[in-house]
Amino acid sequence: MSLLEVSDLHVSFRTTDGDVRAVRGVSFELDSGRTLGIVGESGSGKSVCTQTLLGLTTGARVRGTARFEGEDLLSMSEDEFRAVRGAKIAAIFQDPLSSLHPLYKVGWQIVEMIRAHEPVSRAAARRRAVELLGLVGIPHPAQRIDDYPHQFSGGMRQRALIAMALALEPKLVIADEPTTALDATVQAQILDLLLRLQQETGMALIMITHDLGVIAGLADEVMVMYAGRAAERADRRGLYYRAHHPYTNGLLESIPSSSAAGARLRPIPGQPPSLIRLPPGCAFHPRCAFAMDRCTREQPELTPVEDGAGHTSACWLPGRLLGTTEEMKRARQDASAAGRTVERVPGQGTGQDASVEEGAA
Amino acid sequence: MSEPVTTEPLTTEPLTTEPLVEVEAAVKHFPIRQGVVFKREVGRVHAVEGVSLTVRRGETLGLVGETGCGKSTLARCITKLHPLTSGKLLFEGRDITGLSRSQVRPFRRRMQMIFQDPYGSLNPRRRVGSIIGDPFAIHGEGSRDERKPRVQELMELVGLNPEHYNRFPAEFSGGQRQRIGVARALALKPSLIVADEPVSALDVSIQAQILNLLEDLQHEFGLTYLFISHDLSVVRHVSDRIAVMYLGQVVELAASEELHGRPRHPYTNALLSAASVADPDQAAARQRIVLTGDVPSPIAPPSGCRFHPRCPKAQQICVQQTPPLVARAGDPDSHLTACHFPVEPGEDLTRVTATIPEEERAE
Repeated sequence: MSLLEVSDLHVSFRTTDGDVRAVRGVSFELDSGRTLGIVGESGSGKSVCTQTLLGLTTGARVRGTARFEGEDLLSMSEDEFRAVRGAKIAAIFQDPLSSLHPLYKVGWQIVEMIRAHEPVSRAAARRRAVELLGLVGIPHPAQRIDDYPHQFSGGMRQRALIAMALALEPKLVIADEPTTALDATVQAQILDLLLRLQQETGMALIMITHDLGVIAGLADEVMVMYAGRAAERADRRGLYYRAHHPYTNGLLESIPSSSAAGARLRPIPGQPPSLIRLPPGCAFHPRCAFAMDRCTREQPELTPVEDGAGHTSACWLPGRLLGTTEEMKRARQDASAAGRTVERVPGQGTGQDASVEEGAA
Repeated sequence: MSEPVTTEPLTTEPLTTEPLVEVEAAVKHFPIRQGVVFKREVGRVHAVEGVSLTVRRGETLGLVGETGCGKSTLARCITKLHPLTSGKLLFEGRDITGLSRSQVRPFRRRMQMIFQDPYGSLNPRRRVGSIIGDPFAIHGEGSRDERKPRVQELMELVGLNPEHYNRFPAEFSGGQRQRIGVARALALKPSLIVADEPVSALDVSIQAQILNLLEDLQHEFGLTYLFISHDLSVVRHVSDRIAVMYLGQVVELAASEELHGRPRHPYTNALLSAASVADPDQAAARQRIVLTGDVPSPIAPPSGCRFHPRCPKAQQICVQQTPPLVARAGDPDSHLTACHFPVEPGEDLTRVTATIPEEERAE
């Protein structure tokens, strides 16, 4: 049994414009000591997915199961959840300034968090907090513990949050864009820290990011999300070097890389679709250069591709077409031409202007 | 206005060495005041400290550095949004340092800015057509009716549907809003565009669309870009030359490939080694130079070389003397480094340690 088993998770929000279907059937599992990277753009459902696991999506309609150590998180009462959240599952969020209360000392906030879950004395909790701040690399922790959040730099605040997340030795840490607000050199420090702490404590880690670069050196497994569904899942090397889904390949090609400096970028045309009015079939088909007739009607499920175990992709293209070499691109062109009766221009039509059209209506 | 309102002929001139913007020993301090009646100055934020820089006509000069290094302040000084505390600013060969608001206006139309936040930089209550037409209105070009076709032409140029002229910014996505910002910047056919983190707020797939658009427009109109970003891979992609800033100073300046191939300043090395790469093998293979500590406060910057408290190569002289920004031995004339002990090719910075005592480094 894995530490965390999420199966067929659906999350939607009711709005006056219609139901926002943020997560549409996501399944994954994670073992202790492993890192899962979840990659996607704004609105792909990556954050909603994990916030649901933390019980933070109030007002959402949730379907599916999320078993953590065998117990379903989604059917827990608020009281039961409180015992798990923080103690066994901890979270690190993107913005360290708004995650810390500005009017309380950093140390007080960590102490309070420890005492909320464990019957220890204030002094003992404080000793633990100093130790934790030292562990995450804050200089002179015994003095800095009495600082307010504004006296910390961005990197130090994120370290303090990591200290807080680790205070109760959780089994699972969910880091939602933990380094997005930080500078490159600080980002490197924080990622190194997370990796080191994981090796020391054996915790499982879910890293959510929009930046494929952040998890390239970190994740054991990567799941790419698009419009609320998993587009592709693979181990790290499989995903970066032998990606199957055109969306994954598109993401990889949109990144200005050192090897092709000055060369023209190949962006994915169009924009992500509105989660209220999703295109039929594969949600990516309006932007896909290889869309076939079938893609406009039938939604593909994650199926194994012809690469090592565990590499799955939700795309109708043949499973042997992997990677971004010219040869593969031609093969993809041929495959899609064979399955297509009408020509279409990627980025045009359904999906692209959806949000604009709605606003104007 | 005395300036003729005719637009410049469109040029596609190749990269020249003719300077468009020259910044000489620019200093920008922000005073910190305290007190109610008598606002005493209790300190100064040394945002930009003695920067000399040339932006050549037709090139893209990348400006990189971390939060608080003064890159945005420098850009705002160049576009005259902030007056310089001291130093000189030349635009198209004319000294515009001391010009008043009205005197600087004719120059303003030749230099435009694109901002980072496509949500904050567009007035949500105004229609897109009127936002893009603002530069025409401000500089008194054409009547309202004459402006509309020109605005629509601009919208088409940046890949927006001209029929969306009457829509509000809220009806557009982030990437489209950034296109609106680009159209507005292009309206008066400027020669210089200062782009301050223009793609940082956008998703990767959209970011590439905007970068390609900026590149196309540069070729079409012979634009000069001052491109500010904290993302090294983006800066490397767009820039001909790159200036690296640290705590208000330029520490290294070189052609893009030269800088990436042979970084000389220890800070540049650290910055490059920290950049994320979307390649697991490269990520595993490279040696990260992890800097200790945080960037010191620009209110009381360290003495000598400002990087010395964090530098793995720092020695006594670094504490006492500020190194000049000059070409170092073995480098081409265009590769400038402000360091007493520049990094040699092949040198492993993860192994060297500074030779100055801890107490002296502490700031």
